[in-house]
Amino acid sequence: MDAPTDSLPLKPQCEDALHELYHLLSGEIDDAKRAQIAEHLDECAPCAEPYDFYAELRRCMQQRCQDLAPPELLARIEAAINHEPHT
Amino acid sequence: MADQAKFADLAMEHMSSLYSGALRMTRNPADAEDLVQETYLKAYRGFGGFEEGTNLKAWLYRILTNTYINTYRAKQRRPDETDLGEVEDLYLYRRLGGLEAARVGRSAEDELMDLFTEAEVKDAVEELPENFRMAVLLADVEGFSYKEIAEIMDIPIGTVMSRLHRGRKQLEKLLYDFAVSHRLAEPVSDAAT
Repeated sequence: MDAPTDSLPLKPQCEDALHELYHLLSGEIDDAKRAQIAEHLDECAPCAEPYDFYAELRRCMQQRCQDLAPPELLARIEAAINHEPHT
Repeated sequence: MADQAKFADLAMEHMSSLYSGALRMTRNPADAEDLVQETYLKAYRGFGGFEEGTNLKAWLYRILTNTYINTYRAKQRRPDETDLGEVEDLYLYRRLGGLEAARVGRSAEDELMDLFTEAEVKDAVEELPENFRMAVLLADVEGFSYKEIAEIMDIPIGTVMSRLHRGRKQLEKLLYDFAVSHRLAEPVSDAAT
């Protein structure tokens, strides 16, 4: 398998796409720029691969960092709120 | 102006998210529970100041973050937080992406879930220096926008972006170190031969 980044910088579009990787995955890229990068990723596998990888890393982090609050915490909070004077 | 009677209906659904965030910040279940309870009490008292139609979870996180900084951080004795120094772009991908997929004949993406246990991902996040940790947590785990994070942490958006830039790289390094130390991956120099 190619190690895409070993041969970087490839083209300005590649550098641009990889520079914006985290921002795009965070939804911080405007529509025009997003479309431009999507178009590049469609035709450039060495750039598309790290995008898939970091999208999956993000999903992995979100799934792995979920803790369920203990049920008694909800009861504690509700009791505390019920003791508050209503304003 | 928000009605206090609606508070529980609207706010309690975010409790597990806030508790998870509180755990990453305090790294201690008892402190995390206290922090979340205090956050909800403050939020309830101040609910009149919440502007309906805006992001309630972000508003609650702002209270959580402030409460943590003002109360819990002060009383916690933390180990020295080390800056890992410069970490190159695509650090984790370069080490795990192609190599893992080639080795087992599966897509690299499928591998990540198997590669990092829940404890390892949590440990890596909690190991980040605090300012980086909070920015990464808010952006990449909770999915807040950079603008929302700037408001939650009360810092300029440029500072959010620089903390994310460094924090994400450090997280990649920590995750890789965990993977190597648990012998789930081999150092890149060995694997490449």
